Amino acid sequence: MQFLQDPIGVIAAWLTGLLTGWGVSALVTQIILATVGIVILVSAAMLLDIFLVWVERKVVARFQDRLGPNRVGPFGLFQPFADIIKLILKEDITPDGADKLLFNMAPILSMASVLLLWAILPIASFLYGIDLNVAMLYIIAVGAIGTLSIIMAGWASNNKFALVGAYRMVANLISYEIPMVIALLIPVMLSGSMSVVGITQAQSGYWYFIVTPLGALLFLIAAIAELGRSPFDLNEGESEIVAGYHIEYTGMKFGLFYAGELLHAFTFGAFISVLFFGGWHGPWSDKYPLLGILYFFVKAMFFYWVIMWIKYTVPRIRIDHMLYFNWKFLTPFGLALLMTTAIVHKLLSNSSQPVYILGMLLANLILGWITVEILRSVSRKQRVISEPVPTVGAGND
Amino acid sequence: MSFVQIVFLVTALSILIAAVRMVTTGSMVHAALWLVATLFGVAVLFVLLEAPFLAVVQVVIYIGAIAIMFIFAVMLTRREMLDKGPQLNTKKGIAAALGAVTFVGLALMLTTWEGFDSYARPMANVDTVARLGDALLSPDAYLLPFEVASVLLLAALVGSVYVSINKK
Repeated sequence: MQFLQDPIGVIAAWLTGLLTGWGVSALVTQIILATVGIVILVSAAMLLDIFLVWVERKVVARFQDRLGPNRVGPFGLFQPFADIIKLILKEDITPDGADKLLFNMAPILSMASVLLLWAILPIASFLYGIDLNVAMLYIIAVGAIGTLSIIMAGWASNNKFALVGAYRMVANLISYEIPMVIALLIPVMLSGSMSVVGITQAQSGYWYFIVTPLGALLFLIAAIAELGRSPFDLNEGESEIVAGYHIEYTGMKFGLFYAGELLHAFTFGAFISVLFFGGWHGPWSDKYPLLGILYFFVKAMFFYWVIMWIKYTVPRIRIDHMLYFNWKFLTPFGLALLMTTAIVHKLLSNSSQPVYILGMLLANLILGWITVEILRSVSRKQRVISEPVPTVGAGND
Repeated sequence: MSFVQIVFLVTALSILIAAVRMVTTGSMVHAALWLVATLFGVAVLFVLLEAPFLAVVQVVIYIGAIAIMFIFAVMLTRREMLDKGPQLNTKKGIAAALGAVTFVGLALMLTTWEGFDSYARPMANVDTVARLGDALLSPDAYLLPFEVASVLLLAALVGSVYVSINKK
């Protein structure tokens, strides 16, 4: 019964006992246990990544009214392995004049910046890498390493298209970091904790989506921009800059960027579910913690599907529109939302739970309504400027 | 030698190597990347000092911002992407003198320091981030400097908008 409640703790205790029984010192035991944990977590994430390649190709096919991979194995399930063999067999080209070290380091850093996020992801109440008390900032910090890998790839390729693609991508990433930080601040404020584990635990009563639907929406938009997926995939506008910063990469080096993107999308789906949709919380998950793993993956897969749904439905935005959308709409909107949430949360903190939830929901609805009204009046004005209303008699003289 | 000491020595050595490479390399972009390596090492030192907040902020601000500086270094300074130009700063003598004075001063200070054998007190089991937040916003701690810094940043923001605004 103890095993079902906390399998990781039981296994760790058993391994510790075994190793100390062999006369290994406590420090070495700790290091061995941590290493084993990291290797298992990273391998599991990479194995999931192989599966995600199949999921992504199958879902795209559905959106585009095709069948997708269906020849290799049942439902085309073994297609990713065929893809991997193909990528490994490809010639490994380093372009002439490229900065060899940086060129080869960039894909590794790109993949690492995704895997580092898994360190703080609470998969179940007992299953997480580390309960960091600055986890929200850690997400942003790891994002900075991802930005660095992109600019390294773009610069080291010695290719103008790659460099322009990297510039665009970095402009995208650093602008959308601000709404991302604001969206991360909202669950921090509601739960009073900066740790992802703490935020998940605080959602045992109700999901934060109910009290801050606009915050969840803001996080979803910022996450898609952070991923560089359509409609924010300016880094790989095929008609303008070919394939963006990974234009010169071949074989498994390209594979690392590609796999990193897929895993990144799934990881952000997981963060949406953890921060706003209760993570591992669900029916009977308190009594049977193992059920939490199931709930976590179902929710994360759902939001991964939402991100794919948006990617394959919405066309690409032009870069000036993208920056306009961020700086003139998303950032002011995020700040207004943050202030509203802070004030209403403080005002209603002593009232009963139904009143609190209703009040927060109402505040969100009113803010959403005001935003839509402002957007409507602005677009009406712009329409008047761009296409003036013809007056009677004009054009006849 | 304890585990923490080994980690410290390795980190300190890499910081020093990266810092020296940063000032000796000819390429602007490589200098920026060596600077990233140096500052990342400093973040590791913060982790060793049990200051995770500072470590993460170090990575967010410096590595995130240096990626941007990197772009400007490429865009504004060199016409060709892999160009290695001459060093811009020629005041080597002054720099060497300043470095020597700082080194001698620190060495003199350290000869009179008696804390080499003693260990740091273990941290009390408190939430350091919450303590930092309280300190930043309580009137008898750092509220005034915090507010002054925010007003300064706001002024910089307004100023940059004013400079870049399209006057008709």
